[in-house]
Amino acid sequence: MKILVNGAWRETDASDLAAALTALGYGEAVVATALNGEFVATGSRADARLTDGDRLEVLAPMQGG
Amino acid sequence: MLKVYETELRSRLLLGTSRYPSPAVLTEAVKASRAEVVTVSLRRESSGERAGQGFWGIIRELGVRVLPNTAGCHSVKEALTTAQMAREVFATSWIKLEVIGEDDTLQPDVFGLVEAARILSADGFDVFPYTTEDLVVADKLLEAGCRVLMPWGAPIGSGRGLNNLFGLKALRAHFPDVPLIIDAGIGVPSHAAQAMELGFDAVLINTAVAQARHPAQMAAAFAQALEAGRAAHLAGPMEPRDMAAPSTPAIGKAFLG
Repeated sequence: MKILVNGAWRETDASDLAAALTALGYGEAVVATALNGEFVATGSRADARLTDGDRLEVLAPMQGG
Repeated sequence: MLKVYETELRSRLLLGTSRYPSPAVLTEAVKASRAEVVTVSLRRESSGERAGQGFWGIIRELGVRVLPNTAGCHSVKEALTTAQMAREVFATSWIKLEVIGEDDTLQPDVFGLVEAARILSADGFDVFPYTTEDLVVADKLLEAGCRVLMPWGAPIGSGRGLNNLFGLKALRAHFPDVPLIIDAGIGVPSHAAQAMELGFDAVLINTAVAQARHPAQMAAAFAQALEAGRAAHLAGPMEPRDMAAPSTPAIGKAFLG
């Protein structure tokens, strides 16, 4: 299936968010995730099922004012 | 000492981490500023570059407290989701809440701001709202649960100083016990000193330091200005007057005409 990751379409076989992050190469990176605009805490990623067309945001610390 | 949400801070300078020429210059500037709090944000992370991981490593090494922002959020929903994500990543309940209402001035959408502040405060966040000097909005933010306010001096990144002195003085006078941190628009150390002389509790500075020719030198200059301004406030400045008043006594002056 295809999911939109940070604005770019990506192909994935992962059925949940935790598996998708690993497959996408985020590994142990410190990131926060939101699925279809809703925050998904680290501990809930394995329970967050993915479906075709989902919008995933993967954010990390960045410079800010 | 400045107390914000049960945390005592010795430094009255909060420093932004954006727009520095390099990570090394950022590190130097934070050290020179003696800031104990720096602002940070969340942005999309590429699994290849992992720029955010490198940045986060630099900040952690500095050993400062972080104040994550919701910069760039234009809706309550966006700000709420960003705040939740920031709380997890940065492991802090502090959030500098920005809900932007207008793109040319980056003026806050104060209606959305109050709504988001209420929801986040109820959810256990310590909200630092980026607001205007509007007294009624300030009152609504306090009622919503905020215990700190961050009124703008001038539009973000404009370097124009304290744009509405009358409004800012009125805000200070109306809320003598609420920590007020001037956020945005400070351009040079004299602006920061002025804010402190007026009795504001702290100043958040980013562009004025980051875009200076020598950021670390400018950071140190701001730290000195804040100390001078704070000391002047505590010393009680004189009242200005319209006409001259000789400072040298007229009594005993020799007649030499």
